[in-house]
Amino acid sequence: MASSATLPDPVSASLSARGASARRCDTTGLGVCLTAQQFIKLNAVAAVVFLLFGGIAAILLALTRWQAVHLLRVDWFYRILTFHGLNMLIFWILFFEVAILYFACTVPLNSRLFSRKVAWLSFGMMLAGAVMTNVVILQGKADVLMTSYLPLLAHPLFYLGIILVAVGTLVGVFNFFATLYIARRDGTYEGSVPLVTFGATAAAIIAVVTLLHGAIVMIPTFTFSMGWTAQPDPMWYRMIWWGLGHQSQQVNVCAMVSVWYLIGQLATGARPVNETVCRGAFVLYILFINLASAHHLLVDPGVGASWKIWNTSYAMYLAVLASMIHGFTVPASVEMAMRAKGHGRGLFGWVGALPWRNPAFSAVALSVAIFGFVGGITGVTLGTQQINIIAHNTLRITGHFHATVVGGTTLAFMGLAYYVIPLMFRRDFIWRRAARIQPWLFGGGILLVSFGMSFAGSLGVARRVYDIERAGIYGPAAHLFLGVMGVGAIIAVVGLLLFVALCVGTLLFGARTSGRPMADWGVAEAVQGAPGEALYSDHWAMKGTIVLTGVFLACFAIYYFANWKALADVWHVR
Amino acid sequence: MSLSLPAHDWYKPPEGAEKLWIGLALLWCFVLSLMMPYWHFRGKQNSRGEAYAVTPAAFQQRTEAFVAANKVGERDGMPVVEPAPGGDAYLTARMWAWYPILKLRQGETYRVHLSSLDLQHGFSLQPLNMNFQVLPGYDHVLTLTPTSKGVFTIVCNEFCGIGHEAMIGKIIVE
Ligand code: HEM
Ligand SMILES: [Cu+2]
Ligand SMILES: [Cu+2]
Repeated sequence: MASSATLPDPVSASLSARGASARRCDTTGLGVCLTAQQFIKLNAVAAVVFLLFGGIAAILLALTRWQAVHLLRVDWFYRILTFHGLNMLIFWILFFEVAILYFACTVPLNSRLFSRKVAWLSFGMMLAGAVMTNVVILQGKADVLMTSYLPLLAHPLFYLGIILVAVGTLVGVFNFFATLYIARRDGTYEGSVPLVTFGATAAAIIAVVTLLHGAIVMIPTFTFSMGWTAQPDPMWYRMIWWGLGHQSQQVNVCAMVSVWYLIGQLATGARPVNETVCRGAFVLYILFINLASAHHLLVDPGVGASWKIWNTSYAMYLAVLASMIHGFTVPASVEMAMRAKGHGRGLFGWVGALPWRNPAFSAVALSVAIFGFVGGITGVTLGTQQINIIAHNTLRITGHFHATVVGGTTLAFMGLAYYVIPLMFRRDFIWRRAARIQPWLFGGGILLVSFGMSFAGSLGVARRVYDIERAGIYGPAAHLFLGVMGVGAIIAVVGLLLFVALCVGTLLFGARTSGRPMADWGVAEAVQGAPGEALYSDHWAMKGTIVLTGVFLACFAIYYFANWKALADVWHVR
Repeated sequence: MSLSLPAHDWYKPPEGAEKLWIGLALLWCFVLSLMMPYWHFRGKQNSRGEAYAVTPAAFQQRTEAFVAANKVGERDGMPVVEPAPGGDAYLTARMWAWYPILKLRQGETYRVHLSSLDLQHGFSLQPLNMNFQVLPGYDHVLTLTPTSKGVFTIVCNEFCGIGHEAMIGKIIVE
């Protein structure tokens, strides 16, 4: 198996931590704690089920907002919108992230999972909460959308379900930190933790802050819905809710970037050009994201201009810096690995030699591109205090985050699944040809969704609205872009259903791999006369990445200033 | 390696292209940060979030008084109200209407008070695509100067129940 060539010598299969049962991975040679494996499996399976729910909802929504089709009835549109937001953004993402955390604190550290009981508690709470919330939504007792802005009020069990999911996740995060502690105490590894574990730790730290916000806002809302306490202030609710809603996106970014590094290594043998830089960037996320809930309140009453400006820039731009750093270091590490393997022709000779047939790799490559070029640029621009005036609550916002959390995070997580299933469930994927095109379907589709939404939003089409004909002001261009969104949605959902079918099919029918390495997806091979290690002393060798990031910065600047120009054309307002 | 333990001497400052990129990115982040205060002083479009506490009942009263004093006509059963240039205008959001229709003059400045009698609503002025949040309990004041003429449509862009998509209002500018 070629990917094992990029890993260090196999370690002992008996984990250093006391009393753990473990196996040695037949592909990587790493020790795998069986308890961790069990909960990685459980959480990943639950995640994929919620992804399926969210995907079915997605196509219903898109085919309703595509005004020419207009599928659902009005009450079901808002019900399914609530359902989609929660199943995707909260349930799919959180379950998968818990699986990533359990992986990152055990396998790379050669440690066992801290506690099986705690893992059950976490999983049980999360699952009970998610099921409770979904049942309440589908019964029509919580047509309040994901954000459930007060004074909108849902059935108490809706809030209780979300609280259970949040607290259950916190319990899982606790298990992660406790595992880090016992691994260090028992000396299962030496020196600093690997980068993937470091990134996951950053995600976990932000998750704690985030989920505490969730508890702070949801508990008084729950008690209000029970009639026990007075109604919390709607502006206070928005501020704290976005402490949950926005920061959780930074958890997603940390987890996604860790996956980028991980797959980069598995598929191409990439390693960080400079560990300090990569780790430093994760630290920036932890330090500077905490006030970014501000950019959901940029056109709100009651919070002043200086608060808005300070919290937008102070909190956001050093986190943006972190993303821009990863946006360089990830492709640079891959390019360096490719050049070291002898694919060094010209600026972009290495691109053609990348393992594009490996679905994990292509998923991550698309994830980097979509997240950076579409999600990142639009996010910073729309989150600029004044520019938000011409974007708030339009489809531009939805277009933006379908490029970050869908084209970025979700696609990266899908890519990871192409390794998780063979390595943890020990079954080789069925339909390997279909798997190789799946990331392109999903990524391409979501790109169209994002474009369609963004342009429709620029023409003033609101998000979260059932029927735009009632306003009587939207012309053929707006309808065209909604159609683009609809077509993209069909492609993306086909990609999503294919992914779910591949996962489920493999769990049921995939060939067992016990005793042999997983079937190789394809990795970058070295050619004769490759420069190898010697290349790493040249700190300018990543020429292709330098050009790509230069183009990125130019696109960013053009889009950013074009938006200031557009803003300058509207009425004056103070 | 991202998955394996780093070398013991992993700490080293960035070099070469990486260092250059970090420098450029930091510089760009400064530009991003400085644009906002710059626009705050020099630009004409800012959201200051000026707001005062108000009960829905009190806001409704102020709106009624404003309509009674400044009504100039009616359109589809909705009063058309023209505030004095430089003066206050009241716009009430409720499920599912914007009340009343405002009539403004191009180039004049008004203090437009926005609030909600029930849920949260979204003030989205089309086709300009200017968007502001409207909350119950908050009198959100926009100091607004129309720079173009015509009949403009207010769309509600915050979900406010089953009739949300039908919550359409008008502003006329002459
Ligand atoms: C299969 C691909 C997907 C398609 C076609 C899709 C499509 C849509 C559509 C049409 C809307 C409604 C927009 C509106 O009317 O305001 C929406 C909303 C949303 N989607 Fe997706 N989506 C997809 C995947 C995802 C994923 C994977 C996530 C999260 C990880 C996600 C998160 C959201 C969120 C948070 C909302 C906003 C809900 C709200 O406004 O309350 N979507 N999506
Ligand atoms: Cu409304
Ligand atoms: Cu509404």
